[in-house]
Amino acid sequence: MRSAVEGSQAIAKAVSLCRPDVVSAYPITPQTHIVENLSKLVADGNLHTEFVSVESEFSAASVVLGAAAAGARAYTASSSQGILLMAEVLFNIAGMRVPVVMTVANRAVSAPLSIWNDHSDSMAVRDAGWIQIHCSDNQEAVDTTIQAFKISEETELPVMVCMDGFILTHTMEVIDMPEQKLVDDWLPPFDFTRALNPAAPKSIGTLVTPDFFTEVRQAHHTAMQNALEVIERTDSSFAETFGRASGGLLTVEGEEDAKIGILAMGSTIGTLREGHRRHPEAGAAKIITLRTFRPFPAEAIRQAAAGLDHLIVIDRAISPGLGGIVGTEVAAALLGSKNPPRLHNHALGLGGRDIPETIFADLLDSVTKSDAPGFSIFDLIPENLAPEDR
Amino acid sequence: MIEFRIHGRGGQGSVSAAYLLASAAFEAGRMCQAFPAFGAERRGAPVVAFVRIDDRTIDLRAQVSAPDYLIVQDDTLLHLKGITAGLKKGGAMVVNSTQDAALLEAQFGCKVFCLPADQLSVEAFGKPIPNTALLAAFLTLMPLFEVDALIEALKRRFGGAVLEGNIALARQVAAQTPKGIWQEIEHA
Repeated sequence: MRSAVEGSQAIAKAVSLCRPDVVSAYPITPQTHIVENLSKLVADGNLHTEFVSVESEFSAASVVLGAAAAGARAYTASSSQGILLMAEVLFNIAGMRVPVVMTVANRAVSAPLSIWNDHSDSMAVRDAGWIQIHCSDNQEAVDTTIQAFKISEETELPVMVCMDGFILTHTMEVIDMPEQKLVDDWLPPFDFTRALNPAAPKSIGTLVTPDFFTEVRQAHHTAMQNALEVIERTDSSFAETFGRASGGLLTVEGEEDAKIGILAMGSTIGTLREGHRRHPEAGAAKIITLRTFRPFPAEAIRQAAAGLDHLIVIDRAISPGLGGIVGTEVAAALLGSKNPPRLHNHALGLGGRDIPETIFADLLDSVTKSDAPGFSIFDLIPENLAPEDR
Repeated sequence: MIEFRIHGRGGQGSVSAAYLLASAAFEAGRMCQAFPAFGAERRGAPVVAFVRIDDRTIDLRAQVSAPDYLIVQDDTLLHLKGITAGLKKGGAMVVNSTQDAALLEAQFGCKVFCLPADQLSVEAFGKPIPNTALLAAFLTLMPLFEVDALIEALKRRFGGAVLEGNIALARQVAAQTPKGIWQEIEHA
């Protein structure tokens, strides 16, 4: 049913449609409304789940790890410092290959303190071994949340559903909420074949000597690579049942013969799309929505970049001393491909800096003017730098 | 696309005003987007929220920098520098104020409608929450859609005495406000 609903409220509803056995989370801006709404669904008797209130994100992650290891469908959500406090457990969840779904309401990381949106938090745990899927609007976030349980349970890999804090979590827009009956048919109850069971005791996550540690990592890497196909297939299957897809690994839109491409993740896509619509004079461009960041879809990126002269890659986080993270990974993916486009990597929208509709034309313009490829922070205000840093 | 910027103070229901207006637009068959620009969330601190209404899916996520209309929930905010920043030519503002609208029109160079929304809401449901009265006034001055759509949006958000008070207030303001004297800005 279509309704105008706040992003966080829609995510809580989507989670409830998946009938989780256990929900555990600790509130943090801008994730708070998701947890509040889940708590309300439980209190009102509209969601039958074990809602575990905890004293920290470390405990929230530990609760969902334990619950899922025992065979429960488990969900949590966090942001920023909360993700960092979870970090140790996040690696454990992934390393034990336990299916869990977590919403990341993406927010900058301290210091300095910022409650606003960028991708620093999920980027900080990109090597934890979780699947990471980014959503460009709230409909995608709702649909991807439902898909995430299916992907996680099939691959036995945990899934982070990343959505931009405030820009999506606090935005009311029109959502078509899937029907419970259809979700029930599409997403059967979780049956974890490796679930801990007192009748047949076993341990997970115990000491592994050098004889086998390497092989555990290889198996995890292989599982992540195999997940590329699962993510695509799950999105297609979802589209067959619910009538819309969420963008598989990545999607490409814009003029087919365009020689410039812009690749981005998350809500920035909508602003780029509007800029493209309003400013045809800025030139032809392909807009590449990178939905799946882990596993990294290198082959899909090579195909999307084929025929381009320039590829602008937008990062919503920075790795100080390196530059852009997505940009660096895209550059690695393009190494060795025939006639790769020239790469222009820009970070922007850090710590909630507003991304205006003019960004599309400005980015295209920079390609023709710039003779310095590499990395820059595109929306830097030099006057705001301390004099000694200018 | 019609864009709004709502100015208020923490605790006055400015974000609720944005959600109500967007929700009302949806009830009237339009597409909508509403979101706050949160700073440090404190009662009394200036708060800004944004609304977009269109006939098609709204992709743009930027803050509203060139609004068609302003809704000002507290007239002490009129002293803030940049309160009308970016307001489109032909744009207008509805202000919760007992000041003379003609003087404010002269000061800001745009159409202004003032109503004592604090007083009206205290009379209607006992609290100075000006949002419903301001939205009802706006939708009467500039009938983007019927005030009934706002009442549907209120029903989705509130219940009991608060809902009854808000509905009565919306109807009262709609009856007392000049109908259709503002026109939609022509977009290029």
